[in-house]
Amino acid sequence: MKIAVCVKQVPDSWAEKKMVNGVLDREGVDAVLNDLDEYAVEEALRIVEAHGGNEEGGAHSVTIISMGPERATEAIRKALSMGANDAILVSDAALAGSDALATSKVLAEVIKNSGFDLVICGTESTDARMSVVPAMLAQRLGWAQLTFASMVSVDPAANTISITRTTEAGVDAINAKLPAVISVVEKINEPRYPSFKGIMAAKKKTIDSRDLAAVGVSAESAWSLVADSAPRPPRAAGVKVIDEGNGGNDLAKFLVEKKFI
Amino acid sequence: MSQVFILADFAGDKCTKTTAELATAAARSGSVTAIVLAAPGAGAALAATVNHGPIANALVVESADFATYGVAAAADAIAQIIAQKSPSALLVASHAYGKEVAGRVAVATDSGIITDAVDVAADLTATQLVFGGSTTVHSKVSKGVAIITVRPNSIEADLSDSTPAVENLSLTISDSAKLATTTSSTPPVKGGRPELTEAQIVVSGGRGTNGDFAAVEGFADSLNAAVGASRAATDAGWYPHSHQVGQTGKTVSPQLYVACGISGAIQHRAGMQTSKTIAVVNKDPEAPIFDLADFGVVGDLFAVLPQATQGVVAQKS
Repeated sequence: MKIAVCVKQVPDSWAEKKMVNGVLDREGVDAVLNDLDEYAVEEALRIVEAHGGNEEGGAHSVTIISMGPERATEAIRKALSMGANDAILVSDAALAGSDALATSKVLAEVIKNSGFDLVICGTESTDARMSVVPAMLAQRLGWAQLTFASMVSVDPAANTISITRTTEAGVDAINAKLPAVISVVEKINEPRYPSFKGIMAAKKKTIDSRDLAAVGVSAESAWSLVADSAPRPPRAAGVKVIDEGNGGNDLAKFLVEKKFI
Repeated sequence: MSQVFILADFAGDKCTKTTAELATAAARSGSVTAIVLAAPGAGAALAATVNHGPIANALVVESADFATYGVAAAADAIAQIIAQKSPSALLVASHAYGKEVAGRVAVATDSGIITDAVDVAADLTATQLVFGGSTTVHSKVSKGVAIITVRPNSIEADLSDSTPAVENLSLTISDSAKLATTTSSTPPVKGGRPELTEAQIVVSGGRGTNGDFAAVEGFADSLNAAVGASRAATDAGWYPHSHQVGQTGKTVSPQLYVACGISGAIQHRAGMQTSKTIAVVNKDPEAPIFDLADFGVVGDLFAVLPQATQGVVAQKS
């Protein structure tokens, strides 16, 4: 079974993020592998490990696929050091500022006709937080969509997959024939830390870097345009009282003044 | 006048307030048609609950495929409706299902999409609060139908009565939307409390609760509020993950947010800092959460909250 895991390099959650010319300024911030994609990498590894592992030349493999600037190789190395086999990075100046529609189009083009049985994504990136790329990928590929999985089980012999979908709308049991696109929620597993051996091995693994021409898609005009952006004004300083036996009453009084009661 | 479609949002067999919020935003730029996706035989009853907000028409589609094939079937039906009726925009509730449906419709109709809007203007310019609410962005779809998902609870709904004219539409869901089969569905366990993302008031507890949420829940109940939790509290197993507020949990934007025993790490702030009013109870006077507070009490939540609860109850009686 060939599994593709789509990952994104994002600004560190702790970094102050700001917009420059209508897009997120990615230059001045520390960049890391999107937290939520680590669960996708881990789940892919667990699936192949449950069916004999992903030794080189074996029946199963895990390929990391990403779209982003050249420096996204750092995030990809992290996924490789966890145990993925190889990686594809689509990098092209024409892709700067791409939205989910452009991203899903490029990823779908890379994935289709490459023999993958399963695509695994995190539920969202911690920068854009749109949470739509997995659904868009399924639509573009014409594959089954099984998203927000809190449990995944694959039967390679029967060529089927079943998941438990967990969202605010409840819990669903969903199954499909492969190929499929799935996304996994963060409570599905505990991502492993890369071992020293894994980190050393990752340095030798191949990252196949492609531009748009190599992928075979042309850059399109944007589907949506940012008119303007501005930092929100900081909140006005509030009132702070120290509880000396009356703090609860003070809080209740504030709520009455503000007409919450 | 242009036509704006909304996807009517339901909880069980009842239309949610979010539907009226979508309609209120949509009515600014055109005549509003609500799409009602229903199980066979259930369309008329479901459409009858779409009775608040400026909604002129209801388009009812009945199919067993919506329950069986979920997001893909809904998106397929809506894409077919858009091809037939050519609305200028489609507004959908910004939750997991709504965003995925909107995403697939955007691909199917080659239209632009904007998610998590907190406001939509008459010219369909969407306002988003990004990067944990620290930045306001205005943007506009530039291709196809303007597909916009709108965060529940961010637009003040026109809740006036309406009786939309109902049109029943018959269509066949494409085979390509029938690849993943739902074999069982369990609705969320509803406590007596309001839903976190839709609540007017949210009271959240963090590390400072030490695992005891009784004081937080008691205060929440006195205010008829939803209960939230920080990641520290959910990771410790003190409260269910479904209640986590923050970057990797839910984003809430209630009228009032009360943070109790929560220090205010950036991950938590990202999920709540667009709340209209913020109150804080924390032992540590240096906790960063106080920077956001309209009203802060430096004190032990186990002393402050029960007293505040009593105060609220006394005021209400």
